[in-house]
Amino acid sequence: MTVAGWSLTACGSSSGSGQSITLYNGQHEQTTDSLVAGFEKATGITVNVRNDDEDILADEIVTEGSSSPADVIYTENSPVLEYLQSKDLLAKVDPSALAHTPSKYSSPEGDWVGVSARVSVLIYNPGLIAKSQLPTTVLQLADPRYKGELAFAAGETDFQPIVTSVARTYGKTAALNWLDGIKTNSASHVYPDNETIADEVNRGAVAFGVVNQYYWYRMRAELGASNVDAKITFFAPYDPGYVLDVSGAAVLKSSKHQTDAQKFLDFIVSKKGQEIIAHSISFEYPIASGVTTAQPETPFDQLQPNSITIPELGDGTTAIALLKQAGLL
Amino acid sequence: MTTIQEIALVVERPSEAAPTGRKTRPWSLLVGSGIVAAVLLAPLVFLLIEANGTGATTIAHLIWRSLTRSLLWNTVRLTVVVTFLCAVIGTLAAWCVERTNLPGRHVWAVLVVVPFAIPDFVVSFGWASLSTWVQGFRGAVLVMTLAVYPLVYLPVAASLRSADPGQEEVARSLGLGPLRTFLRVTLGQARGAILGGCVLVALVLLAEYGAFEILGYQTFTTEIFTEFQVSFNVPTASALSLVLVVLGIVVLGIDAAARGKGRMARTGPQVQRVTERQELGRAKLPVLIGFGALVGLALGVPIASSVYWMFEGGAQALSGVSILDAGWHTAFYSGAAAAIATLMALPVALLAVRHGGPGARLLERSTFLVLAMPGLVIALALSYFSNHYANDFGYQSAPLLILAYAILFFPLALVGVRASVAYAPVNLEEVARSLGQGRLAVLRRVTLPLVGPGIAASFCLVFLAAVTELTATLILVPTGVQTLATQFWAYQQNLSYGQAAPFALVIIAIAAVPSYVLSRYFDRLPARATRLD
Repeated sequence: MTVAGWSLTACGSSSGSGQSITLYNGQHEQTTDSLVAGFEKATGITVNVRNDDEDILADEIVTEGSSSPADVIYTENSPVLEYLQSKDLLAKVDPSALAHTPSKYSSPEGDWVGVSARVSVLIYNPGLIAKSQLPTTVLQLADPRYKGELAFAAGETDFQPIVTSVARTYGKTAALNWLDGIKTNSASHVYPDNETIADEVNRGAVAFGVVNQYYWYRMRAELGASNVDAKITFFAPYDPGYVLDVSGAAVLKSSKHQTDAQKFLDFIVSKKGQEIIAHSISFEYPIASGVTTAQPETPFDQLQPNSITIPELGDGTTAIALLKQAGLL
Repeated sequence: MTTIQEIALVVERPSEAAPTGRKTRPWSLLVGSGIVAAVLLAPLVFLLIEANGTGATTIAHLIWRSLTRSLLWNTVRLTVVVTFLCAVIGTLAAWCVERTNLPGRHVWAVLVVVPFAIPDFVVSFGWASLSTWVQGFRGAVLVMTLAVYPLVYLPVAASLRSADPGQEEVARSLGLGPLRTFLRVTLGQARGAILGGCVLVALVLLAEYGAFEILGYQTFTTEIFTEFQVSFNVPTASALSLVLVVLGIVVLGIDAAARGKGRMARTGPQVQRVTERQELGRAKLPVLIGFGALVGLALGVPIASSVYWMFEGGAQALSGVSILDAGWHTAFYSGAAAAIATLMALPVALLAVRHGGPGARLLERSTFLVLAMPGLVIALALSYFSNHYANDFGYQSAPLLILAYAILFFPLALVGVRASVAYAPVNLEEVARSLGQGRLAVLRRVTLPLVGPGIAASFCLVFLAAVTELTATLILVPTGVQTLATQFWAYQQNLSYGQAAPFALVIIAIAAVPSYVLSRYFDRLPARATRLD
């Protein structure tokens, strides 16, 4: 991430050299940084990275429309990409890139490609709650006995798939009641994001919360194993709270650098790119090109997530509407 | 910190510098002020456009949902409590420094003000990363009080310094004890200054984001960000921002009402004179301990915590940009913004000071509303106008970011420029002209020496504020560029405290050192200015 030149960016998309692309990055920076470095080294194409929350980037793209400076968007979760697809802003991904990833983890229409995956887990502080006392199903999060013990991040995009999943299994009315219970249980522990939940649980400010598995591994890498008291555990197999989230990338229809942008997609799902993910400290599961995680996580093929599919996760609007109705947003 | 004090003095007594009653209004000033006002109004226009597009029913629905009640409660109770605490701490500290024989008061005078230069999100990071006790409401009260009390201290110290000490002497000679003298005379003298400081505190609290995000405390502003992050809900964010603007107007209204019609009189001519200081006596030790605690909590904890994390941090997870690169961009953007904001303030200040009138005063006071708007809203507004009306001109580029800073911190620039213009009454220039000096000579020998230091101070104030700006920067910064604040934020959000800490320290250094040096330099200003009066 060198200086992109403050004077050169007045018209971001006008550069015609073809030797640089602009990446809107909603994925965690540590994942993207190493992928970008590997890509630049392999191809000689420079990548200008704009980091922000994935929702903000997606909607910047919608606002920018056909003049968007972005060539590629790379997100943590599929709903954002599905949302951009519904706005007809994504170009088709080259079939060669799509072929690297199992088709159930990519856009059914071929508009974006799945890059990596995580699962939702419970993170808890054994000093505050015993493992045997933890909920085993997502519905129990709303159980009144957890009042004051649950940490919750309403604005966190990682939580929306769980809401969608609960609504799919139990219906919207039940989901709304469930969210009401969560609201009561988490009243004093509403945090902005999963990093904060992991941190606060670890510090003993609150007993437990729901995050994706990699936050715990990353926190351990950041703080050192001796500073991490928090532990993680899975929901019961196939529980609606046990959700696999897919991170993906897409090329913008408006991109003036289609070839180079497609090359970037191709790189991150190639064996080389997936190896970078497998060995980086992002702790996501590589899902393409047959690469498996090198980290001490539960192996990907031993996970037992709920059967909810990418199209069923959709663009997240149902989840957001429910969260609003419950007064959480 | 005398300049800032002098500057602050003018905020809190806008009517002090009486217009000189000229009948003719120079069109250039009016046009200039009009353009500035239009630029400052842009964010409000944007909010109204968004609100209009959404429709009144939807907005009413958004505003009257259950979440709003808890946000309103959170925002109001925090604003009231912190403003009150700041008023008490700021006033007492100012009185001790200005009116008592507090040992080492010149050192305290600087140390007590420096926390103002430390970004709120660094203060809350310092506290929150040390203990889980500091979170939620109590955390927000603690952190924000420590971060913003100088906004009360500065104007009150300035007003005590320039107020007539003779009244206290008269009161005491008539048999009033020290405490009663303080309550009945000193507080009365400083009333306007306390109110002015409280207004600034309240407005800043309304728009604060970073600190509350770290502390996990929900207010209107944090909710505006959440709305924006989840599904980019600009209409909802705009509706909530309008509530903030209304709250800001309420704050300014309370201020106007509380000022009342009180008049101040002097027993002698407007000349500074040395006051006999109040003996602290047995209270000396407790007062010293109090000052030590205040500085330790407000300044020591964030710095110590940053140093601690620098050595205790974990893996170097993020590559990020170098401190040098981030520092250069930060300095460049902030410097440019400071220059532009100061230039923008000139016509408005000249109009207000030299021509006055209710219109000019309304314009001047209304610019304070900018303080109550989160940086995000200003940034969104500029993006919107760039996308919709300017063919993306300036979008995600330095000029737009610099303009955003200039708008955000215009009130600070105005306050300083206004103070300096008030120091250079037009009749001084007329006297010089009548003594046969040419226009240029008048400018060089009279106007600039009088106005220059205040303008430099404005520049520095805006510069300091811009160095620590976060939320507008996140939206408008050119792709690939990081400022000190955004890079700190990226690390902090990732729990990479070890990597965040050096950026916090550099921000503190950049912000604190110049403010200290400047305060020493400008110490000479009031004497010179008043002598010419």
